[in-house]
Amino acid sequence: MGEPVILLRDVAKAFGAKHVLRGVSLEVERGATVALLGASGSGKSVTLKTVNGLIPPDRGEITVLGYPVSTLSEAALAPLRRRVSYLFQGGALFDSMSVFDNVAYPLREHDRLDPAALRERVDELLAMVRLEDAGPLQPSELSGGMRKRVAVARALALEPEIMLYDEPTTGLDPVTGGAIADLIVDLDRRLGVTSLVVTHDIPLVARVAERVVFLHDGAFIFSGSVEAAWREGPDPVREFFAAGGIHA
Amino acid sequence: MGWTTSLLRQVGGVTRLAGQTLVRMFSRPLDVRETVRQLDRIGVGSLNLTNITALFTGMVLALQTAYALGKFGARLYIGEVVALSLVRELGPVLTALMVGGRVGSGIAAEIGSMAVTEQVDAIRSMAADPVRKLVVPRVWATVAMLPLLTVLADGMGIFGGLLIGVFQEGLSPTFYLRRTAQVLTFDDLWLGLAKPVMFAFLIAVIGCYNGLSARGGADGVGQATTHTVYVIAISVLIFDFFITKLFLAL
Repeated sequence: MGEPVILLRDVAKAFGAKHVLRGVSLEVERGATVALLGASGSGKSVTLKTVNGLIPPDRGEITVLGYPVSTLSEAALAPLRRRVSYLFQGGALFDSMSVFDNVAYPLREHDRLDPAALRERVDELLAMVRLEDAGPLQPSELSGGMRKRVAVARALALEPEIMLYDEPTTGLDPVTGGAIADLIVDLDRRLGVTSLVVTHDIPLVARVAERVVFLHDGAFIFSGSVEAAWREGPDPVREFFAAGGIHA
Repeated sequence: MGWTTSLLRQVGGVTRLAGQTLVRMFSRPLDVRETVRQLDRIGVGSLNLTNITALFTGMVLALQTAYALGKFGARLYIGEVVALSLVRELGPVLTALMVGGRVGSGIAAEIGSMAVTEQVDAIRSMAADPVRKLVVPRVWATVAMLPLLTVLADGMGIFGGLLIGVFQEGLSPTFYLRRTAQVLTFDDLWLGLAKPVMFAFLIAVIGCYNGLSARGGADGVGQATTHTVYVIAISVLIFDFFITKLFLAL
């Protein structure tokens, strides 16, 4: 077991009268890939956004790579955010920029690369997601799968230690979804990246996750291996896996 | 209660964003590429709207002034009244209202769309500052372009008044322009330029604030856009009163 790099302690979050998280706790070790599962609207994305401080919790402690996220200002979070990348559900590409500029954005922001080195690095990232020729295109010219792959390239630009994936394969065909799964596994094995993956995609979970955490009614009701989840998990967990085609 | 809460939230939010923007406006780095893009969109794109508005306002103002002054046999003073009204008041306010409607709603819609599609969160997640990346370039561009648009609008309005003065009232163009030049003082021009700078800051910050606050989807962006036009129109008129009062007191 590696050292825990993501720590949530008794984290609670409500939006108005809706209590999304009711005091959840979680530990993710360095290099691990953990899948965060739950029904739609159960608070998975909110949990993920609390990890890099995009959403502040109402209560509880969040520590990531040693940074006390829940107590830091937006400016003080910047060094952490350079080390933690977030893959947004819809890609969140900048509409006004080309694919090249989207991928180059974090590099221009933080690395003082000369134009040739910048181009080389962006080309390398686009090649990694098999979009070598997409640089001049605008996001509006891309399919959903291509957008997501560009978003993955952008998320990898700063060589993060932690990747937070919000529905990385939603809306993708099985082949593209499989390619994204391969990429997550590759990052995990080759670079030792720690991954927290929010998803509904059971084949993706089976392929990439070492551990599953299940969010239900604002609480984590299960934490364990994928096999333990569908064999011995509580009813909502087994039903979730059964709906995804994996039965006990 | 709902209306008061909404008003207080808007005032508080805009004031806070204005403070954050001011701090970043005078510190590096400035996103030059984005600022130039906004200069074009905000300035050049508004030119026809503000000039046509000013031309016809100047013409209507001259018609009404001629009618009113005619009762006292003072039609010769049309040029003075039109010039003073335009430079001190109507030019800055009408240009701000026109640009505020067009540019403020555009800013709110663009940033609102970015907010609801998580592009603003993406900026934050990449350790960049949305105020520096999105707000500052738009504020600088509006602050740079609105005074220019106002000067052009003043000129167009005076030209509109001249057309009425010459072709309807039979005044000579030289006479009209000489009287216009004689009546305008440095204070009038100073007030006429100070107002647009303040209005521009207000317009851009209100547009950005409402865009950044947009939630939901297309509906949220639509609400942010309409709300922006409403808030800008009221704010420009209220600020105009206080700025005028302040300048007259000085």
